Amino acid sequence: MAQAELIPHLFRTEFRKITAVLCKVFGIEHLEVAEDIASETFLSAMETWTYKGIPENPTAWLYLVAKNKAKNYFQRNHLFAAKIASQVKYTASGSEEPDIDLSDKNITDSQLQMIFAICHPGISKEAQIGLALRILCGFGITEIANAFLTNKEIINKRLFRAKEKLREEKVQMEFPGETEIKKRLDTVLTTLYLLFNEGYYSESQDVVLREDFCLEAMRLTYLLLENPSTNTPEVNALFALMCFHASRFEARRNENGEIILYQDQDESRWNETLIAKGAWFLHEASGGEKLSRYHLEATIAYWNTQKQDTPEKWESILQLYNRLLQICYSPVAALNRTYALAKANGKEVAIAEAEKLQLTDNHYYFVLLGELYTDIDNTRAVTHLQKALLLAKTEADKRTIQKKMARLKAV
Amino acid sequence: MLIFRHEDGTKVASPEQIQVWMKQTMDWIGGIAAQNKFVEGNGLPFADSRVVHHNNVVTNGPFGEIKETIGGYIIVKAESVEEAVEFAKGSPVLQGDGNTVEVRKVDRH
Repeated sequence: MAQAELIPHLFRTEFRKITAVLCKVFGIEHLEVAEDIASETFLSAMETWTYKGIPENPTAWLYLVAKNKAKNYFQRNHLFAAKIASQVKYTASGSEEPDIDLSDKNITDSQLQMIFAICHPGISKEAQIGLALRILCGFGITEIANAFLTNKEIINKRLFRAKEKLREEKVQMEFPGETEIKKRLDTVLTTLYLLFNEGYYSESQDVVLREDFCLEAMRLTYLLLENPSTNTPEVNALFALMCFHASRFEARRNENGEIILYQDQDESRWNETLIAKGAWFLHEASGGEKLSRYHLEATIAYWNTQKQDTPEKWESILQLYNRLLQICYSPVAALNRTYALAKANGKEVAIAEAEKLQLTDNHYYFVLLGELYTDIDNTRAVTHLQKALLLAKTEADKRTIQKKMARLKAV
Repeated sequence: MLIFRHEDGTKVASPEQIQVWMKQTMDWIGGIAAQNKFVEGNGLPFADSRVVHHNNVVTNGPFGEIKETIGGYIIVKAESVEEAVEFAKGSPVLQGDGNTVEVRKVDRH
């Protein structure tokens, strides 16, 4: 790998590891210091490698430089050392310098603890996702801003407030106790789920970046699976859900980056390996007593990997949505449930139910009504699609609706 | 709260019939949940039920002299009793002649 590609690549994989390990040493209240040292390490790499060439083991080089920078920081900054000396374990051993352990095991442990620290119930979901993208996934501020369709200043402010909140809440870098884990894991899973969705449903045009978000969410979820105390049925179900969704990355976009709707997708482009993986983890998820929203959503996603329309498929999807809505309402689940109802019980029944939803600020609602009225009352179908067109925000959505309208008018 | 009252709880339905009712009930509840109006619900199976009478006399089953019994309930979010009544009208329980759905306000939830 050439240096131009190598450094960004290493930044993505190693920045978060160095930051997590240093945070473990310094305490999460000194997150900025850890981040700064990690950033400076990469700056040094850029300068040094340009002149001296790429070292034999670039990762080991980075770890060594990060360690030295951290030690220098301690020596230089007496005030800092005095301030945190009482909190840091290494002082007990009588050593002057912190023990910075960049072994695989400590990296994994630190990252797991970092997941729990960031996904603290006292911190807003938005801030958790921002911090996760930055600290756990190593995304740049510009990338995060692009994904949220906003500017760098806003993301910087959001991260700054989130870090302040970490200090205020006195969040610790530690693995929650056995009894605490179950409660805390709920928050962690919600954040990882939202992180994945941020990538999967984001309106950002940057396709590669969006898929990276999804893959990062999967990597973090997998970290939880590798740890026995967090390898719960729910985590398996969430991972299965992510696998099923990710299997359609290729198929859901055309060469212009436009969304291809599920029913128009070429299933030969679905990733069979990921589907098989999803099925395996869904099976692993069946051990528990609780049927979580992730179990239900993963099972729905499993049925969606079966392209063929069968009465069994749609009846199963309908019943899964019926249950999902009882434990976790969302407008999109309500709309999808109504679509499944049309497939299972017929369009007339579904129209009556759809009219009750009254999600009149949601363009998908009118797309659904347009779909349901097609072939039953095409004039009405067009009226609904016109409303959808007025509400649609992205160009891609507008084009999709216009295509549907053109098809209807041609009949 | 919508309480399902069955006129005759001793009646035994065929497994096929039960399956049809189950689907209808799930679709009915799903429709309420899709409007974000569902709170909770449960069935009250007749198996292993007892009735404790005055003087602690215990009898089997919920069916005494009167056969009418409660089969389950759901709690919905409704702005008015009229709205709750509209939900109740869709209940598959009402397909049984003599069955009723009682609509009651929950004091605290």
